[in-house]
Amino acid sequence: MIVMDGLSKHFGPVRAVDGLTLAVDKGEVLGFLGPNGAGKTTTMRMLAGFLEPSRGRAAICGFDVATESIAAKRRLGYLPEGAPLYGDMTCAAFLSFVAEIRGYRGAARRQRLAEIVDTVALGDVLERPIDTLSKGYKRRVGLAQAMLHDPPVLILDEPTDGLDPNQKHHVRELIRGMGKEKAIIVSTHILEEVESVCTRAVVIAQGRIAADGTAESLLARLPRHNAVRLVVPAGAADAAAMVLRDVATPQAVERLPAADGLVTFYVLAHEGAAPLAAVAHGLHAHSIEVDSLGVERGRLDDVFRALTAPEGARPEGTSPEEARPGRAGSGHA
Amino acid sequence: MRSVAAIAKRELVAYFATPVAYVFIIIFLAVSAALTFYVGGFFERRQAALDTFFTFHPWLFLFLIPAVGMRLWAEERKTGTIELLTTMPVTTTAAVIGKFLAAWAFIAAALALTAPMWLTVNILGEPDNGVILASYVGSLLMAGAFLAITSCMSALTRNQVVAFILGATVCFLFTMSGVELVLETVRAIAPAAVVDAVASLSFLSHFSTITKGVIDLRDLVFFVSMIVFWLFATTIIVNARKGL
Repeated sequence: MIVMDGLSKHFGPVRAVDGLTLAVDKGEVLGFLGPNGAGKTTTMRMLAGFLEPSRGRAAICGFDVATESIAAKRRLGYLPEGAPLYGDMTCAAFLSFVAEIRGYRGAARRQRLAEIVDTVALGDVLERPIDTLSKGYKRRVGLAQAMLHDPPVLILDEPTDGLDPNQKHHVRELIRGMGKEKAIIVSTHILEEVESVCTRAVVIAQGRIAADGTAESLLARLPRHNAVRLVVPAGAADAAAMVLRDVATPQAVERLPAADGLVTFYVLAHEGAAPLAAVAHGLHAHSIEVDSLGVERGRLDDVFRALTAPEGARPEGTSPEEARPGRAGSGHA
Repeated sequence: MRSVAAIAKRELVAYFATPVAYVFIIIFLAVSAALTFYVGGFFERRQAALDTFFTFHPWLFLFLIPAVGMRLWAEERKTGTIELLTTMPVTTTAAVIGKFLAAWAFIAAALALTAPMWLTVNILGEPDNGVILASYVGSLLMAGAFLAITSCMSALTRNQVVAFILGATVCFLFTMSGVELVLETVRAIAPAAVVDAVASLSFLSHFSTITKGVIDLRDLVFFVSMIVFWLFATTIIVNARKGL
């Protein structure tokens, strides 16, 4: 439904987007991640037909965004960054205008407007000028505008930016609900959002794809993903180390320096599986006092930082070699 | 075509959403009447004609039309709504025409509100209503040409004040190019062909022939082609600069 092939955008000498190749199919909600300035918004603007690609091509439902832009735009719902709106119009007037542009007439228009107002819960503020609305309502008007014509493809640039937790939840529910029948790209900084709504995550850095996979597969890049994390009092540390030597190879055991009278061990996963049962059994058999024991999932934030942070600023436990993806960028690594 | 209508409708409503539209109309009516009666000597001439009224239109439009048109694209760019508009399934040409038509309709409404002038001369005497109608058509066309220029200047910037100044400047050049003072200067440095070319671009000379009641096809073609040319330029500029 959405195809990008070597998509590039250069602003003078700056390569904002550099050879992006990606395909998003129906039923996929793609989380588009990356630090500020990585090229997320530029990519989305090219897909929406606001910017012309410098090189490469992109297509929405088979229609090239540059040469068949009107056909592509008809099949696309787009929420621009910051959700710009005509502030002096009322919600009702604005949505009515969008419906007219999208080709709805007469009774069909009234019906569609009623549906969309209901979907994004705008009923209370319909007659108010958009300028007077809160940020949450404005963002919802932006979403309503993008979803009004029930497009097969949605491109949403930071749809939950600036919303309160309840509103974020509502917007995520909306996106998840639509995800089954549409191809959706959502850009975000909020990594929990990726886990809660996206079926796939793409991390871009400096205009290139740095990683592509499910949230789970991104987490698996962390060396400590699925490792057993064991915290024992400093006095029991040596005994615990003996036990761990029995259940895992020495290379798989990490011992961190004592802090606050506690020592933390990591037992790295073997072939993806956490050796939790073996560790627990060993500790129990030797009656070792345990402060806490659990499986470390790792945090997407760490993957994100490992992939996009400059050298020297990487979080503990990750290194560029370990975190670098094997098949990044579909051959554009 | 439908999208042109939708955009024009939205734009026209936007004009009346703020007091600016009403202020503009009041200023236009007040100043045009004041110029006619006090500067033009409407009563002193003791003639049932509106030529003193129309004579001042180019000078009035010089400032008022850029004031109407300055927001056309500059505001879209400033608020970022240009991204919304240009990612709708609408061609840039349709958007440019829709916005232009809305502003032009607004000016037409302001012109129509000067009808009391026309009623006055009809009560006081027997004017040549054909000449007056021709003058209204000429005035509207000239306003359209000024507006198309302003639309183009508005597409160049995100600052409405800059758009106004650029618009007024270019409109001023096109108005003044028919004045003898300017032509004298051009004559001193350029061959006769250039002088004729400059003179023929003057809004003033084309407008004055129309207000004399002579509807020459060349004058109509001049204003219409001015509108088409500047709107075409607007389209190119909007397309080239929308993302900047």
